[in-house]
Amino acid sequence: MDELNALFGGFAVALSAYHIMLMVIGITLGVVIGVLPGLGGANGVAILLPLTFSMPPTSAIILLTSIYWGALFGGAITSILFNIPGEPWSVATTFDGHPMAQNGKADEALVGAFTASFVGAIFAVCLITFLAPVVAKFALKFGPAEFFAVQFLTFASFIGMGRGSAFKTVASMCLGFALASVGLDGVTGTLRMTFGQDELLNGFKFLVAVIGLFGIGEILCSMEDGLKFNGATAKLRMDAVIRTWKQLPGMWLTFLRSCIVGCWMGITPGGATPASFMGYGIAKRLSKRGDNFGKGELEGVVAPETAAHAAGTAALLPMLTLGIPGSPTAAVLLGGLLIWGLQPGPLLFVEQPDFVWGLIASMYLGNVVGLIMVLTCVPFFAAILRVPFSIIAPAIVFVCAIGAFTVNNAMFDVWLMLAFGVLGYLFNKLRYPLPPLVLALVLGDQAESSFRQAMLVSQGNVGVFWSNWLCGSIMTLGLVMAFWPALQALRVKLSGNGAVARAA
Amino acid sequence: MIRREMSKAKTIAAALAASACLTSPTWAQSWEPTKPVTLVIPAGTGGGADQMARFIQGVVQKHNLMKQPLIVINKAGGAGAEGFLEMKASASDPHKITITLSNLFTTPLGTGSPFNWKDMKPVAMLALDQFVLWVNSEKPYKTAKEYIDAVKAGDDRQFKMGGTGSKQEDQIVTAAIEQQTGGKKFTYVPYSGGGQVAVQLVGNHVDSTVNNPIEAVGQWRAGQLRPLCIFDAQRSTYTTKVTDKEAWSDIPTCKESGLPVEYQMLRGIFTTKNATPAQVNFYVELLKKVMATPDWKEFMEKGAFNQTVMTGADYEKWLVSAETLHSDLMKKAGFLATQ
Repeated sequence: MDELNALFGGFAVALSAYHIMLMVIGITLGVVIGVLPGLGGANGVAILLPLTFSMPPTSAIILLTSIYWGALFGGAITSILFNIPGEPWSVATTFDGHPMAQNGKADEALVGAFTASFVGAIFAVCLITFLAPVVAKFALKFGPAEFFAVQFLTFASFIGMGRGSAFKTVASMCLGFALASVGLDGVTGTLRMTFGQDELLNGFKFLVAVIGLFGIGEILCSMEDGLKFNGATAKLRMDAVIRTWKQLPGMWLTFLRSCIVGCWMGITPGGATPASFMGYGIAKRLSKRGDNFGKGELEGVVAPETAAHAAGTAALLPMLTLGIPGSPTAAVLLGGLLIWGLQPGPLLFVEQPDFVWGLIASMYLGNVVGLIMVLTCVPFFAAILRVPFSIIAPAIVFVCAIGAFTVNNAMFDVWLMLAFGVLGYLFNKLRYPLPPLVLALVLGDQAESSFRQAMLVSQGNVGVFWSNWLCGSIMTLGLVMAFWPALQALRVKLSGNGAVARAA
Repeated sequence: MIRREMSKAKTIAAALAASACLTSPTWAQSWEPTKPVTLVIPAGTGGGADQMARFIQGVVQKHNLMKQPLIVINKAGGAGAEGFLEMKASASDPHKITITLSNLFTTPLGTGSPFNWKDMKPVAMLALDQFVLWVNSEKPYKTAKEYIDAVKAGDDRQFKMGGTGSKQEDQIVTAAIEQQTGGKKFTYVPYSGGGQVAVQLVGNHVDSTVNNPIEAVGQWRAGQLRPLCIFDAQRSTYTTKVTDKEAWSDIPTCKESGLPVEYQMLRGIFTTKNATPAQVNFYVELLKKVMATPDWKEFMEKGAFNQTVMTGADYEKWLVSAETLHSDLMKKAGFLATQ
């Protein structure tokens, strides 16, 4: 119970009017940052980091983590309303969130997303509170082979999720891999597929692609459909929170699964983005309502949001205890810790208990404050859809362009975004699924590096993926997931044949 | 009429020339940025260069050292080539400065990206970052000699060296060590960041690393990693105890432990090529003010930096010799883009 005492000590630190004010400011800024695509949480925190050098470390980290929470909450808003993921981890939220908005249930989707985020975060904070030392040791077991196994599992859990043909899914995924391989090859240190163009040195940045494929693509499609948003006619009702909350307890199993997936991905450190995809994939596979996923199912919003937020929160744990950041934002925070004179690592909990427990207490408080703030704003967010298309569409294009520019401060990215927009429109028309491309683009790089690192370590022996129980079991699970649709189709076919045979 | 126009033009030109003569000495002493200054980081967020750049930004802001704001942006593409190419392209904009790591030399050599440090104007060397040979503390090797002997006695490529990036500083140090191992090579495993490398060593996924002090100090203090030697000519000057028993100054140099390899990484500032002496001078003075703050001294000690500061001709001389050193080491290791 030492942890509980320490935690109450932490609450005493975090619960002051000044700190609550910092949380409110941080979350407001974070929501704005999350809403603006391109200006990700990592950038937001990096920009504000120098402002905090004159503050005491505990106040500074409360402000910065609040921005982080705000960005995690805020990413869902544009995903649901306009099909534009403000953050990489909100891509999976668009799959069901945007159809819900089109069906006139934007408010329910928002409440569901915010609540799910909150549940995921609180689950992960509890984990950090009580299991930090044990969990930190688990993360040490992850070498290149284990990382690849996890990434393989993410891809595998995704196969068969596309609504169209499996071949179109594979084609889309391969295009994503090809795009991901442009730029510097981290293993050999040489440039690939840049064709001597300086602009391509950086490769295709995930955010630029996503803003174009989803945001601009969506606008092109809406223009064709008659210059209006579907769902704009929905009546605004103030009871959205209660209406949505009534539906949530039935999804406890999805919540639990996504929490576990999220924490695991946050700690290992896979990050919030793979967690959200995996959370969605698993829920689609295992939920009773899985067949409706993609058509506007609340559970399809809850699953990725819970996982993303749990991962985003859990990602702070390896940063504090091991000094490795579980996410880009955590990497910037890590730099902050050093500047405030705190050395992240195994001794941080021992040497700076006030700081650590103040931070953990502020995670609880920050999420409570954040939830209350965003829930009260739901009617306002949903009302944005009532603004006429002719006003909001140019505004969206404008914000998207700024977002694409911000990623690298390069005009080239804005043109690239427009090109991706056309590609997104074509994908939509030809009924190719976009998510596999996006997933391959965001994870392709890491998966490739891990695979090649593992091959270096094992000197080319593929058996390394089954060299221990941890890695072997994840890989095997991945293979089962990958071939599940094929197995299922086979079973259906066999039993179908049986039925036909009997009938004959 | 025409003549009058001409003479008028002449007088104006003469007046301009006169005023230029009058004002240029004052410019030389007191150029100041007229718009926000951009500090380009040719590396990703969270790394060593990024930390130092953001620290400088923080100190400038906290002590109000510059009237115009200092904006920090990351241009990490192509192992930093993106950032350096931007500096090269904006040769006549003195409102841009950049902070370097070894990729100043390694990126053009290793990837063939078309730039050289001579495409920029050197401002100041802020410090040299150290490299330390680390092993997991569960392993029996107590000295660099014991470890190198084990490498010599083992199979070729049996020992795994973890490091940040490929054909960059960590792999160059590894290649330099390999010249002392009697033909036995390491299996070099490239990771994306220094923190990750340290953790992979704690988890025994690699056998050794050449992490910078700041990347592995947390694990050293927790007793998980053991430093064997430091790749500098002299021992570190920081005598404050870092762990219960040891200070940075207690780590022997690699040379005294029988591994004659030296390598340090430049943490320096450059501005754009066409900057005038007055403009360079402004940045030199600014950085001097930064380095005079207690915050900076604390930062230096935390990362066990070698506090060598150079400006002007000394700095250029150092750059020339460092460039030769890098191209030699990379040529021997077969890392050149043209090889």
